[in-house]
Amino acid sequence: MIKADFHIHTVLSPCGDIEMTPVNIVNVAKERGLSVIGICDHNSTLNARVVREVGAECGVYVMTGAEITTSEEIHVLIFVDGNEALDKLQKYIEKHINRVPNNPDLFGYQPVIDRCENILDQVDYLLINSTDLSIDDLEDYAGSSGAIIIPAHINKPSNSLISQLGFIPAGSRFNAVEIFPESPLSPADREACSCYRMLTSSDAHYTHHIGKFYTELDVNLPISFNNILDALK
Amino acid sequence: MNVKELAEKANLNLFSGAAGLDRQVTGGYSSDLLSDVMGYASEGQVWITLQKHRNIMAVASLKDLAAIILVKGFEPEPDVLELSEKEGIPVLGTQKQAFEISGEIFNLIK
Repeated sequence: MIKADFHIHTVLSPCGDIEMTPVNIVNVAKERGLSVIGICDHNSTLNARVVREVGAECGVYVMTGAEITTSEEIHVLIFVDGNEALDKLQKYIEKHINRVPNNPDLFGYQPVIDRCENILDQVDYLLINSTDLSIDDLEDYAGSSGAIIIPAHINKPSNSLISQLGFIPAGSRFNAVEIFPESPLSPADREACSCYRMLTSSDAHYTHHIGKFYTELDVNLPISFNNILDALK
Repeated sequence: MNVKELAEKANLNLFSGAAGLDRQVTGGYSSDLLSDVMGYASEGQVWITLQKHRNIMAVASLKDLAAIILVKGFEPEPDVLELSEKEGIPVLGTQKQAFEISGEIFNLIK
């Protein structure tokens, strides 16, 4: 069994702490015994690749993707395999996000950084805004591209599958669902998710939250995207 | 007032669920969070929303709502139309935004 925390933000997310840099995230993950982490900033993949590169050197496998806000304002984690798929995902999000200029004083800065914490760029539109993609659109995208789709913190009182859509739609095509341990999950909703792998993760925006919640997975070695996908089944 | 009369007076267009046009309208509820509607809407209300996911039909059916009104020119997904016909709960539409149509309907049925 390995420990996986699939839901970690970097400094790129406006709400992500300035300490959430590639080296810090990987070091803390390693300290806490996490073998797999997921990097999913709000509606952007732009810091994910560098975290994966640092992770690969330190023995932490990094899943790369984004936490996409759907048109229903549901937060959904999408992970893809490899740089080409990551670039494609980034273009897909950029095409569909509703662009509103960011006000860093209100929402925070959105820096794209390198491994040495140099700022390469600042995203000028607000990353926490929604896209015009419905949750069904994201399920189609995941299905056709081989991405992993996991609705985030489905039982949170805001921006969750249950808050926005009332309950889990029948016939949804998710690889797993993420449960937030600090919010209640009704018996009916628990029953409705029983056909999906249930994960818990930290949704860390600060280094001290990394690994606060994690999931134990039976992953075949070597750890890879496909072996993690298999372990979620 | 029934749904048909309300639709005529508020100039709403009918997408589906004509079989339910004689449902009595007892009030309205404006919200885009389905969990909120499940918790607080009442039987016989028309529900004003911009959500068009198929789950809106299940919520309308569960709460025995009179009709759903989609705002801002939003159109229902095909599976919403199918469920609306099956459940006999009309789905209507308006170009107006929620504040305006809510105010108008409030005045019509008060």
